Amino acid sequence: MGHKIFFCMFVFLAVSCLHKVDVENSVDKPARVIQCAGSDTIVNVSQAWAEKYREIEKNISVEVSGGGSGTGIAGLMNGTLDIANSSRKITHEEFEKIVKERGKEPVEHIVGYDALAVFVNKNNPIEEISLEELAEIYGENGTIERWSQLGINMPVPDRDKIIVTSRQSNSGTYFYFREVVVGKKRDFRLGTIDLHGSKEVVELVGRTINAIGYTGMGYARDEVKMLRISKKRGEKSIAASIDSVLDHSYPIARPLFIYTCGEPPDYVQKFIDWIYAEEAQDLLMKSGFVPVKLGKITNVVKDKIEKR
Amino acid sequence: MKRTFLSRALEYLIELIIKLCGISAVIFIFAIFYFVFREGASFMFGKFKPLEFFTSPEWYPTSQSHVRYGALALILGTLSVTGLAMAIAVPFGIGAAIFISEFCSSRVKETLKILIELLAAIPSVVWGFIGLTVMNSLIIRIFDVPIGLTILNGGLILAMMSVPIIVSIGEDALKAVPDAYREAAEAMGATRWQIITRILLPAAKNGLLAAVLLGVGRAVGETMAVLMATGHSIRIPSSIFDPVRTLTATIAAELGETAVHSEHYQVLFIIGILLFVITFVINLTADFIVKGIREKK
Repeated sequence: MGHKIFFCMFVFLAVSCLHKVDVENSVDKPARVIQCAGSDTIVNVSQAWAEKYREIEKNISVEVSGGGSGTGIAGLMNGTLDIANSSRKITHEEFEKIVKERGKEPVEHIVGYDALAVFVNKNNPIEEISLEELAEIYGENGTIERWSQLGINMPVPDRDKIIVTSRQSNSGTYFYFREVVVGKKRDFRLGTIDLHGSKEVVELVGRTINAIGYTGMGYARDEVKMLRISKKRGEKSIAASIDSVLDHSYPIARPLFIYTCGEPPDYVQKFIDWIYAEEAQDLLMKSGFVPVKLGKITNVVKDKIEKR
Repeated sequence: MKRTFLSRALEYLIELIIKLCGISAVIFIFAIFYFVFREGASFMFGKFKPLEFFTSPEWYPTSQSHVRYGALALILGTLSVTGLAMAIAVPFGIGAAIFISEFCSSRVKETLKILIELLAAIPSVVWGFIGLTVMNSLIIRIFDVPIGLTILNGGLILAMMSVPIIVSIGEDALKAVPDAYREAAEAMGATRWQIITRILLPAAKNGLLAAVLLGVGRAVGETMAVLMATGHSIRIPSSIFDPVRTLTATIAAELGETAVHSEHYQVLFIIGILLFVITFVINLTADFIVKGIREKK
């Protein structure tokens, strides 16, 4: 009797295999593929765009991968990519190399901003902080460990120690904060509480009166307060807002770029235009970035490099 | 019913499959052993600095200026959380085992055993979630400390995870003590307390030790729950209210983002080797102890 069951199972397996093959054949192959790679900071947003765009343009498939900004620009150089995602500006060398290799100038589009806010608990009396002070709080061998060193009297006793929260070292935010605040050659201090996600940072700071943390501006909540940031102590401090990010006065924000090689073909240009549509900019905001409210900003990079 | 060729062939096939299942455990152990060592080996016998690894707390795997792989803080993190977990779990586990095997009626016993098995079946990520939300705010409120993601939190969670193991193995060990011992003691006029402390515990000593060691093994190797409950902070702990980071949590948090075969990747595998050796030694010790019991009988 047993082998009948086995036979049935075999038939079932065979049929299900055939069925699978059928399904795979029946899927429409998209007519064109947009290859897109680069910065790991943007990769999640980029993937969200690709998914959404598939619903709009059925026969265009956007393929996204990470690997870092340098990887993306290198892909543009050797012609394997249509779009390079980058969280930094293209360098002069890279620009010249693309002109030499491909005979076209790379075109730059700013698609959004990555603005980091420094959060404290809403009951903490501090309102502003300088980048120098932040470096001493966060950096290795930093000198600031207590709120009183910043001239702050905590409203609750025994809460003078600064609880420093950071991100786990696999996050792009961690690297960007280290680069602009702690210093290019300096490391974070030991003993920071390294949290897994942006939401956890805001939650912990919201619950802990003497904690400090940083993450994307989009994650602000009622229990936390965003500090105004100045470059040096005594200088004018700037509040984190979409306006201060867009006019470049807020010091810890960076534009997110995408680069194409020359003016791209129509189907790629259509995708880039769509990135500036409300729908795509909403997706960007949901990932914690600041959208480009001013509409499309397209520059031929060369102008900017010459101005520098 | 006449045996056909097909049924004999099937019989043979199934026997073969079962045999393979038996051997597979051995194959898997050696395969894991081999692959973990292979990934870490080239760095371990190359640029790896064992002195720094075991004595420096400075874990800077992604530093731009000065990469350092000091795992002391991570090792101490694992030891402190495991130590606290055992300090809580051992008395509770052994106590529960004694209660179940000696004191309660058979109906209570069955219920308790089912419940304890259920406790063992809770996924570790659920424990971690309890640590992150419930225990975190409880610790903040009860002890008036700024952060609840601490050694205490991780230790309590791990204790709750290893108690079921200690109870079920400990209970087996107590059950294995022959009833003649108990009867003889009672005939001599010993109280229940005397029976437990002077007869049962010494007689079941090895089995109970094995139970504890398997509990330790569970605690050392646990990843998800401690990753969520201990705060993930590299420091040498000075009190149970300090957040720490454990060896397992470091691997879980960092391995996904490292470039394959980079130094950082290989150091994470060396941590894996260290964990492997720790749990291997613990389990082996437990095995020898259990074997000791059987041979004595």
